[in-house]
Amino acid sequence: MTTSSPATRALGVVSLGGLVLLLAFALVWSPADIVQQDSVRLMYVHVPTAILAFAACFITTLASAMWLRRRSEGWWVLGGAAAEVGIVFTAICLLTGSIWGRPTWGTYWDWDPRITSTTLLFVLLVGYLALRRIDNEAGDAAQRGMRGAVVGLLLVPNVMIVHYSVDWWRSLHQTATITRLDPSIEGTMLFTLMLGIVVFSLVFAWLLVHRFRVGWLEERVGATGLDQAIVDRRAEADVPVAAGTGT
Amino acid sequence: MFRDAGLVAGKDLRVELRSRVTTQQVAPFAILVLILFGVALDPDRGILTRASSGLFWVAVLFCSLLAIQRAFTIEAADGGRDALRLSGLDPAGIFLGKASAIFVQLVALEVVLAVGVLVMYGTEVTGVPLLLATCLAATAGLAAAGTLYGVLAAGLRVRETLLPILLLPVLAPVLIGATKAFEAALGGVAADGWPWFGLLVTFALLYTTFGTLAFGPLLEES
Repeated sequence: MTTSSPATRALGVVSLGGLVLLLAFALVWSPADIVQQDSVRLMYVHVPTAILAFAACFITTLASAMWLRRRSEGWWVLGGAAAEVGIVFTAICLLTGSIWGRPTWGTYWDWDPRITSTTLLFVLLVGYLALRRIDNEAGDAAQRGMRGAVVGLLLVPNVMIVHYSVDWWRSLHQTATITRLDPSIEGTMLFTLMLGIVVFSLVFAWLLVHRFRVGWLEERVGATGLDQAIVDRRAEADVPVAAGTGT
Repeated sequence: MFRDAGLVAGKDLRVELRSRVTTQQVAPFAILVLILFGVALDPDRGILTRASSGLFWVAVLFCSLLAIQRAFTIEAADGGRDALRLSGLDPAGIFLGKASAIFVQLVALEVVLAVGVLVMYGTEVTGVPLLLATCLAATAGLAAAGTLYGVLAAGLRVRETLLPILLLPVLAPVLIGATKAFEAALGGVAADGWPWFGLLVTFALLYTTFGTLAFGPLLEES
């Protein structure tokens, strides 16, 4: 059984082609930064993954809200799929940010508001997925859904409160600003960044669709697995009886 | 709703008063945490005094985890949760009652911790109103969010390990706000602390509202 369809195959081909194009632009065709030199090329991965990590949270919260309204399995699966893909993007974002921070700021880690709130976002996603995993093992769909949906629903509000409070916290006594990216980037660099956002969005969508379908199949296996077990059990019970009446 | 809340809070506090778990286990644990911080951070260099606000609130967070776990463990025995569901009490009232009981216990623990910090870390208080207001607002937030996440984890086998990972990141803003407000009240300028008090009040209101709405369905499933 496969999780791909002609449409997702096309999406996959476009995503992979886009990644190749992005690599060419990011590593070869775009110029190095005057101040940051080649390390600026990390931006083409770092910024798109950051945007998509937050987008994933919105999808999870939206899916949780829809699950609470409609109680349909699809929304439940979507919430988990978005959070799982989102956690991967958050990890990539943190990792590239840390690698980028070393040559630019001289340190792998800084208590910068964005790093701190993104790390907390990562932990929030870990908690949400841990809860879902336990709930998945626990029992039937209606019972497990509520807990996951409430935590999923609170994901974006929590991310926002954490983000603003951390922002406020750091802005109070961190007056000396670290060398930031020049906001007025233009030309090839801006184009490459935009291309990065588009390409990573395609990759995100591609992964999300497949993760959703895998999740959906898991649900089906769970449902049909039980039915099949009942049928098997009945068949087992029938055999001796049938044999007994036969002889 | 408020009558039900009073009944539930009264029940929980009576259980605590009789079992003495808070006074005999959680409060000594709180003091122990303060001693451990003192051992871990060089007491001679003034680090303890400077960091006392943060250390105080980290200790409160640890204690609140224990208090929240405890608040739902007492329902686990003898089908207490089923009885609560069947009691016909308003779920919003149950939420407010449990949160209030946790609130009262945490405030009591904070008094113990505050005395400990003042005596052992040599911290000076400059803004008493801000200090008290911060304690009340932050504790209300801790109790509301804690009760909500506590009932979420209550029915699960792995609740002891799951609750911290779910709850602590959510409480990060409370830790930040309460620590900053305390820094202003302990040797700083009190006026700097009041905006943080605003953050704590917002957090508490948000979680009280959400908890009141969501507790019923969650209790049904725990």
